[in-house]
Amino acid sequence: MGLTKQSTGAGALKEMFEVELESPDDIVVALAGNPNTGKSTVFNSLTGLNQHTGNWPGKTVSNAQGNFTHRNKKYILVDLPGTYSLLANSVEEQVARDFICFGNPHATVVVTDATCIERNLNLVLQIMEITNKVIVCINLMDEAKRKKINIDINKLSNLLGVPVVGTSARSGEGLDELKDIVEKVASGEIIPTPTYVSYDEILEKAIKEVEPHIHYLVDNQMNSKWIALRLIDGDSPLLESMANYLNINLSQDDLLENRIDLARIKLEEENIEIEDLRDRIVLSIVKTAESIYKKVVYVENKAYNHLDRKVDNVLTSKLFGIPIMIALLGLVFWLTIEGSNVPSAMLAEGLFWIEGHLTVFFQWLGSPTWIHDILILGIYRTLAWVVSVMLPPMAIFFPLFTFLEDLGYLPRVAFNLDHYFKKACAHGKQALTMCMGFGCNAAGVIACRIIDSPRERLIAIITNNFVPCNGRFPTLIALASIFIASAAGAFSSFAATLSVLITIILGVILTLFISKLLSKTILKGLPSSFTLELPPYRKPQVGRIIVRSIFDRTLFVLGRAIAIAAPAGLVIWLMANITIADTSILTHCAQFLNPFAQLIGLDGYIMMAFILGLPANEIVIPILVMSYMSKGSMLELDSLTEMRQLLIDNGWTWLTAVCMMLFSLNHWPCGTTLWTIRKETQSWKWTWVSFLVPTVTGIVLCFVVAQGARLLGLV
Amino acid sequence: MNKNLMPLDKLPIGSFGKVKKLIAEGVARRRMLDLGLIYDTTVESLRESPAGDPIAYEIRGAVIALRSEEASKILVELV
Repeated sequence: MGLTKQSTGAGALKEMFEVELESPDDIVVALAGNPNTGKSTVFNSLTGLNQHTGNWPGKTVSNAQGNFTHRNKKYILVDLPGTYSLLANSVEEQVARDFICFGNPHATVVVTDATCIERNLNLVLQIMEITNKVIVCINLMDEAKRKKINIDINKLSNLLGVPVVGTSARSGEGLDELKDIVEKVASGEIIPTPTYVSYDEILEKAIKEVEPHIHYLVDNQMNSKWIALRLIDGDSPLLESMANYLNINLSQDDLLENRIDLARIKLEEENIEIEDLRDRIVLSIVKTAESIYKKVVYVENKAYNHLDRKVDNVLTSKLFGIPIMIALLGLVFWLTIEGSNVPSAMLAEGLFWIEGHLTVFFQWLGSPTWIHDILILGIYRTLAWVVSVMLPPMAIFFPLFTFLEDLGYLPRVAFNLDHYFKKACAHGKQALTMCMGFGCNAAGVIACRIIDSPRERLIAIITNNFVPCNGRFPTLIALASIFIASAAGAFSSFAATLSVLITIILGVILTLFISKLLSKTILKGLPSSFTLELPPYRKPQVGRIIVRSIFDRTLFVLGRAIAIAAPAGLVIWLMANITIADTSILTHCAQFLNPFAQLIGLDGYIMMAFILGLPANEIVIPILVMSYMSKGSMLELDSLTEMRQLLIDNGWTWLTAVCMMLFSLNHWPCGTTLWTIRKETQSWKWTWVSFLVPTVTGIVLCFVVAQGARLLGLV
Repeated sequence: MNKNLMPLDKLPIGSFGKVKKLIAEGVARRRMLDLGLIYDTTVESLRESPAGDPIAYEIRGAVIALRSEEASKILVELV
């Protein structure tokens, strides 16, 4: 029963792993590796912008694919989830293993970290047991050189029996050689002969009981020794996958079952229980990795990580760890607020200058006034607002955030905050997904995939909305600048930063509080085990950061905002301009909402703006301003003073501003985020919970603040 | 229990320990093994987080933070 061409060919790749081949000659290359090895940098450097992401069929594990051309041949690069091992302890590991095993890639590149080779070899050895078409890519060679870690690549290649290439993917060094080697392995010009891990005698004996029968079943297509050991170890996901992908149903093979039982009895005779077996397997792999490591790596300067340690001693110290974290965050916001004032004003001026010319153009065409009003005063103005308010802060905030990310600071944030997340019965990695939420809550929700435990993942998803995303920062910043900064005189941008910072800290406290509440009520349970790697600090590549954060994040988020704001602008214009009994629909709605809104310190128009802002939080302020303007279309934002006057004319006090900031922090997630939550949880129930939890929190919070302030006579 | 063994989370900061026994089971145990925490592996206790827990350890060239729940299931001998 060998493997048929049909079950392993291009058809299977497409159906089972969703790998799109353009022609049967395309070469499929899998990219594996530990997390934090720069695997995605290798992926990005090889494929450039020719990539797309999706999910592995039936799994919430992201699947990134890209392609590149080398010597007139097209290569499809499949980025496997980053894992430490392939023993199928998690869905990610299972996905990675299944692809290498059953996707039959033409070659598998294992990316490893030159500064941490020993641990990385663990995975390399495991992959070499599955396939012989392995190329080891020792990445971050530049970091190793800087730390004076010498690696004998030729010797490593000899010891492993597979090609080894040293690269520094960030600067592109070594990638051409990597492509050459991939070509040679894929075409069969080089046939690697991997050195297998040797297990102890008892294990080898047990394997021999099962191997011959497996060999008969799967032919030479798979390493029968490896399968034998996996089956003795009781790896049922492997059995399932073999049935799925190869139509080999080993679970109904009595002879095989007998053989496995026999092997286990032999082990038991030697006093090896199933848990010990796993220990012994890993022991053999780790020992092999250790002995290879010792032969090929020479550390010139034993204290190579002293600088990292010194930096960590400050950044995660008892005394300064958290203050520094808050200060850094504050600095990022201050730079964003300070830096975006001028470009925002210039953009607004430019865009409204264009508007004037468009109006002239429409008049020249002789088009009816209502068409001009809908297109220009409705849609164009909304767009102009969104672009001029959002683009500059994003173009500053995202690169700064990416800089901290590249430096390796985010895991330190998780390290600093983990204790509080543990107290909240949540997962330590929730600190990371929360940080992602600062950029975009939808991205934060997707990032929750890194949390294995379903209970803790749900908590992280539901509470992600408690940190303000990039769409809500402009609202917070605008309100802070208008109402709080103006009271502070000379320290205006400092005061604005401080109030935004306080709002964010409140968001983090609420995240923890609500997480705890959820763990004690609808999502009961204990925190699961947690290991967090603190990778070495890396010198960020400024050029790459700017390109990546502008293309991958800024333009992406802006594009989405524009796509949503354009139709929203139309709807709002219509609502503001169609009148029933002399009053616009918008005002009717606002009047209806007003009594409730007043209770929580807002007014009907603010409430309406939040409701209409469901598609994108960015447009809340523009809608609000448009509603306040009697002329029914958005005003030109000439100055913040004008805006302040407009708000005061509409009955605003400092309390209104505070309540609106609070409600902006705590209300329903935007449409995109809700849609993402639905996709990630596969459940309407949890989507509704994610909608209600922040909304109820916001209403309660605003009610308490508004009523409290009124009771105390502060307003 | 051997008198010389102590749970990893009690290993003083800045000192080294040799792994002698894992008392975790199931997935948690496998995770530890994946990190290379096998018999006789030397581990250095690097630093506490601001709240005292988790603690960062150097394990086979990588810096890994473990919560006390996990670290207490790794028994080490002070080197």
